[in-house]
Parts: sequence; structure tokens; C-alpha cells
Amino acid sequence: MIEAHPSPKMSAEPPLVSDNSSPMIAVRSLEKKIGQQEILRGVDLKISSGETLAIIGRSGGGKSVLLKHMVGLMEPDSGEICIQGQNIIGMNERQLGAIRKKVGILFQGGALFDSMTVEDNIAFPLREAGERDRKALRSKVSEMLEVMEMEGQEDKMPESLSGGMKKRVGLARAIIRRPSCVLYDEPTAGLDPVVADSINRLIRRLQQRFGMTSAVVTHDMKSAFDVADRIAYLHEGRIYFDGTASQLQQSSDPLIQDFLLGRSDGRGD
Amino acid sequence: MVRFFSALGAPLLAFTQYLGELVLLAADTFRSIFTHKLRWKLFLNQVVEVGLLSQLVVIITGAFTGAVFSAQTFFQFNKLGMGSAVGAVVSVSLCRELAPVLTALMVAGRVGAAMSAEIGTMKVTEQIDALRALAVYPVDYLVVPRVLAMMVSMPLLVAECIAVGIAAGYLVAIFMLDINGTYYMANMVRWTRSRDIIMGLSKAFCFGILIVFISCQKGLTTREGAVGVGRATTEAVVNASLAVLICNFFLTMMFNIIYPAGYQ
Repeated sequence: MIEAHPSPKMSAEPPLVSDNSSPMIAVRSLEKKIGQQEILRGVDLKISSGETLAIIGRSGGGKSVLLKHMVGLMEPDSGEICIQGQNIIGMNERQLGAIRKKVGILFQGGALFDSMTVEDNIAFPLREAGERDRKALRSKVSEMLEVMEMEGQEDKMPESLSGGMKKRVGLARAIIRRPSCVLYDEPTAGLDPVVADSINRLIRRLQQRFGMTSAVVTHDMKSAFDVADRIAYLHEGRIYFDGTASQLQQSSDPLIQDFLLGRSDGRGD
Repeated sequence: MVRFFSALGAPLLAFTQYLGELVLLAADTFRSIFTHKLRWKLFLNQVVEVGLLSQLVVIITGAFTGAVFSAQTFFQFNKLGMGSAVGAVVSVSLCRELAPVLTALMVAGRVGAAMSAEIGTMKVTEQIDALRALAVYPVDYLVVPRVLAMMVSMPLLVAECIAVGIAAGYLVAIFMLDINGTYYMANMVRWTRSRDIIMGLSKAFCFGILIVFISCQKGLTTREGAVGVGRATTEAVVNASLAVLICNFFLTMMFNIIYPAGYQ
């Protein structure tokens, strides 16, 4: 199912098995430079349909940049990104529109439209798709709020919501059109452990209930272990490790051990 | 010498790039206007924002400009025994120059600043990325309604400014400067032509387009958080005001070719 990225430091790791099914998202040799800084230096990654992949790595390591590339919000310097077999590099904004209907994204801060109520935020994608029936919109919004465990919050403005609530509303907005895939940018960052756990459960529930493919960018290891079928470790602009949670935990690689144990003075530095 | 040219090169390139971005935004917007469905609700909201909520500013600007221009013209013309010509001077000046330019400057300050700040805040808080991620093209959603609202509202605001200015000038002339009202009106009607009004409204339309594109472009290219939003807003107002003043000269010269001065 999964293809491990060959890395000199990971040569001792057992090779991971790859299947032949067409991946939901395939990233090949992706490179991105911002100013003088090389953020991505040839990322290769595949996300199969229905699986949940966690992309971990240190802060500022390019995880969010990689995620934004996957939905065409950033343009790489070189490389390829295929969504369900369709290369999105070189597409203009209007062509990307069709792709973006298949891939939802939850932004780190929720990115709610601050001039709209919770209801209008969640109903936004449906309204833009031409849905005008107020009753139908209201019922779909209520259903999403129920999934998010936020019943009765329709009329609140984003400024009066807590960080966790903003993320839930952002998630409800991202999935109301039932995309095939959802990308999560640091879904638990800045949340207390209890709220973070509820977000993790929500990600799992969405995957089980709607069968959505998910990519979760995080540096919260608990979140990664809780939600992911597979974990990819992004280090210095490349996928350094690509395997299951147990393979990651059993790894003797010093760099991975440092990251897992949160050691700043390890040999991997 | 090389250092001089290289020092000159960077700002020149930046300026050329800026102009290019404005032109591309305008091209994208007009393409969208003709090929995509208009979001009527957003358009009407912007008409309220740009047109209706600018009423007080425009009325005060027009009234006091007309009043002071009437007084100053009278002080000078009265020495030559031409006090009754004040109405014509006030009316023609308001139509051709004062109302379009002053209204545009006020709108740039009030509406242009609001547009760049709002769009800029959306940019730095990832709301524009969210729009794009939800398959909504930001130009269609944010720029098109603002451009159309400005195209509709600016000529109306300038027409209002002209009317209020003329009325204020009349009141000052009649009640404070003791000019004969009949002569004032007769001269005003005689010397104010439809081409003066056409010139003023055409300028208003052009200034509106300049303000809206400059403000939206600044908002869409905002970076670096709250400081960036502040900088974008300031630059939008300054650039739009300068663009209005510079374009006003060229429009005046162009209209002078179409309607030569002194032609009746």
C-alpha cells in the first residue's frame, strides 16, 4: 500500500510494501524555494484512497507548505502533484476549481470568514454551488454542526468562538460538500489536550463515517498516533521516514528518536 | 554611473511590476464580468458601502467647496464688476474639476482604505486562501462586485457633489454676498453646458476605476500581518490619490481635444 522513501539514514528500516492502486494524491520530486530558503527539496509521497496519513516534522520544516501545494494554493518550482491521477501543476485558478471540490482543507486557524455567522460560513460552499433553498441549507448546516458536536451555535460570529470551535466550524465548512479528501493543517495546535483529543476523534469519525482520505500535518505526536494509518516524517525538505506508527516507534534512527522524545540536543541536530 | 542606474533599476522594475499587476487584475476582472455570473447580493452590499455610506462625506465636501469657491470668486470678480458671473464660474469649475477630483479623493480615503484593509486582512488571515480552497476565485467574489459598485456609484456621487456645491454656492452668493439671484442663475445656465457635466461624470467613472483597482490590488498582495495591512491601506490611499490627481490632468487635456476650450 505504501512506498517508503529511500533514505540513507533509514536503510536499516524494513522496506514498506506498496500496492498498485491509484493513489488519491501523488507528490513527485516536489521542490519549493521561498526567497533564498529551500523549503521542499524533492518530496515524494503517495496518499491512497481512504487512508489517513500524518505528516510530521519540526516547526518551520515545510509541512504546511507541502499541504498547500496539494490543493494548488502554492505553486512549486518543480515536481508533480497528481490528484486522482490528474496533474494539477500548471493549472490556472479556474481549472483548479474542479480539483478543489474534491479536496477540502482545514486551515491552522480555521480561516473562517469573519463577516459571516457560523451558519453562513458552513453553508458558504453550498451557496456557491448554487443551493438556494434556505430550509435545505439550514438542515445541512445543522447536520454538520451535530457531527462537530456544536449544536445550536449557528448564529454566533467567528470572533466569539474558541480556537477549538473555530477549527470545528472550519472543518464543517471544508467537508459539507463531501470532498473525497480532507487536508488538515495542524488541527490540534494551540488546543488543550481534551479539546485536541476531541478533534482527533472527530477526524477518525469522519474517516469512518464518510470514508474520506485524510492528510494531517502536525507536530503533535499523540495526534499523529491517534489518527494516522501511516506517518511520514518530513525533514530538511524531504520525506525522511514513511511507514506505520509502530514502525516509527520501533525505529532506532537517532533523528526520529529525538523527534519522538522531544530532545533538542540529540545526535540528529 | 553604473551604481546610479542600478539604484534606479530596482524601483523602476518594482514600479513596472506594480503597473503590470494592476493591468492583469483589471483584465481578469473585466473577463470575469463578461463571462461569469454576478453575485448580486455582494454587488448591492458594495453599492451601499461605496455609494450610500459616502453620502455625508460627499455632501459636506460639495457644500463647502461650492460655498468657499463662490465667496472667493466673488471677492475677485467684484473688483471688475462681474459679481453676477460667479454662478457660471462655480458651476463650470465644479462640473469639470472640483467635484470629480475632491469626491475621488474623499472616496479614496474612505472607501479605498476600507477595501484594501478588508481584503488585506482576509489575505493575512488565510480567508482568501480559504476562498480559493473552496473553489471560489477571489477576483469573482471580492473584486468584481466592488468594481461594478464603484462604476455605478462614483458618477452618482460626483453628480450629487456638483448639485450640492452649486446649491451651496448659490445660497452664499444670494444671502451673504448680496448677488442678484436672477443674474446668478441666468449666467450659470447660460455658461454651463452638457459637455461640462459629461466631462465631470466621465472623470468620475475613470477615477472610480482607478481607486477600486489600486485598493483591491494592494489588499490582494498584502503580506506580513497587521503591519502589512496598515502599510497596504496607506499605500492604497496615497497611490489612488496620486493616480487621481495625475490622471485628472491628462483627462482634462484629452477632453479639451474633444471639446476645445471656448467652443460654444
